[in-house]
Amino acid sequence: MTMNIKRRVFLKGSLAAGTVGVAVGAGLLAPQAVLAAWPKAAFEAKSIDEALSAAMGTAANSASDAIKIKAPDIAENGAVVPVSVSASFDGAESIALLAEGNASPLVATFNLGAGALPDVSTRIKMGKTSDVIAIVKADGKLHSARKSVKVTIGGCGG
Amino acid sequence: MNVRIVALAAACAFSASVAMADKMANETTPAEDLKVYTEYFEKRFPGIPLKEFGNGAYALDKVARDNWEAIEEFPPYEPMIDAGEAMWNTPFANGKTYGSCFGDDPAQRANFPYWDSKRKMVVTLALAINECRNANGEKPLKYKKGKIADLLAYMSYQSRGQVANVEIPDDPDAIAAYNDGKNFYFSRRGQLNMSCANCHMQNAGMHVRSELLSPALGHTSGWPVYRAKWGELGTLHRRYGGCNKQVRAKPFKAQGKEYRNLEFFMAHMSNGVEYNGPSARK
Amino acid sequence: MAKSIKIRAKMKGDTTQVKCLMTHAMETGLRKDSKTGKMIPAHFINEVMAESGGNTVMTANWSGGISKNPYLSFSFTGGAKGDEVKITWKDNQGGTDSGTAKIK
Repeated sequence: MTMNIKRRVFLKGSLAAGTVGVAVGAGLLAPQAVLAAWPKAAFEAKSIDEALSAAMGTAANSASDAIKIKAPDIAENGAVVPVSVSASFDGAESIALLAEGNASPLVATFNLGAGALPDVSTRIKMGKTSDVIAIVKADGKLHSARKSVKVTIGGCGG
Repeated sequence: MNVRIVALAAACAFSASVAMADKMANETTPAEDLKVYTEYFEKRFPGIPLKEFGNGAYALDKVARDNWEAIEEFPPYEPMIDAGEAMWNTPFANGKTYGSCFGDDPAQRANFPYWDSKRKMVVTLALAINECRNANGEKPLKYKKGKIADLLAYMSYQSRGQVANVEIPDDPDAIAAYNDGKNFYFSRRGQLNMSCANCHMQNAGMHVRSELLSPALGHTSGWPVYRAKWGELGTLHRRYGGCNKQVRAKPFKAQGKEYRNLEFFMAHMSNGVEYNGPSARK
Repeated sequence: MAKSIKIRAKMKGDTTQVKCLMTHAMETGLRKDSKTGKMIPAHFINEVMAESGGNTVMTANWSGGISKNPYLSFSFTGGAKGDEVKITWKDNQGGTDSGTAKIK
């Protein structure tokens, strides 16, 4: 029954804006369900700066020894590059992982909640040899580290 | 494109000190061959324990190994082992199970491949799986990937630690099959005119562009393999087809006579190495 | 039980370390199907949520730049043996799955 009411709200063409406002006010539409949280602009940005501005609010960052990136010097297969980021910051709130040589450099963002440590690992796709960049947001500032990863093309496929 | 072919051919045609390809296949016995191969690889790669050969190029190259160890922290083939286990435990329509064919024991790697003296043919585990299905009214599975790879992953996982000990019985037909596989291994084929031995014996440990050629010793131990290139599990015979296509040679049928005889020869060559499948590779 | 998430959660001192492996194609939308010549539509996990002890421990936003059959590992304090960790993913085509594991 609730589902139908939600649908009808969207179908009311020119009245949609006003109707949505009323529906939200009436508690019929939960904001999370309607408003996508996925930061599209950040993930589609073609440059590091654009991606960081969109994802973190600013691109300004300073290199930090407190961030360790573990990634192979040479990736065996650019489609599966294991990357680990660990940082020793108090109050780290989020981590962004970028591959500078990818068409869209931003690969992932991690929002650290209750008790989460600035310590994440995953496997990423790298289109070509470039730096993997880790950004840690702590105390409102962005800290960064980078590691160069070579991506090669082998001789034996099959 | 042409330059690359020439470069590859040149790299793989380069001869090492041990001339392996020139002897006629049937001049030596399997036992003599095994001794020669094991000694060749131990001399070529001193200090690498026999067990490590089951890890292929990862036994030889530190950077590649770093990649591999990171992947093995939570290997991509784990969900397939679970899927294979579910297959093992699910009865056929007639109520029987795979266990009925395999003595209720999924740890079967040590029993395959073997020479069936009645039918005069090499029987591999994959073939036995489909013969089991056939005998119980089920359709056969495709041999290169998918469900059969899942089941092989579970059975191989259960077999980990078993030591390869393939027997070539003193039977002229068995020895002929072994020699057929051996001939295949040493024959040049395809537009690139390369044999398995060129890359995996003579030039094992050397590079073809950025690829490190893995030694033949241990080649059969880790199957099925989750190759990052495939993005999924694949079987040994899938790889045979791929390797043949790489040198622009006609691939043979998975689980056909040529590849089963080839497996017979190759598995015997890896006697002494532990079964460590399923495994992850690039 | 989740079909597409395997989770391992372990106590290491005061820290809970969680490792998970998800089954997903993670198509970027930039690949061509070699047989049909058509572009394979983008289909990737774009959101991952980790919960434990009644809290959201971590949320992640991903693009198709994360590898196929994704791996994720993270750690947090405040967990204890026997607690449950729940991992949920959502993808850009509306797909979702979740799985749980007890901390060992």
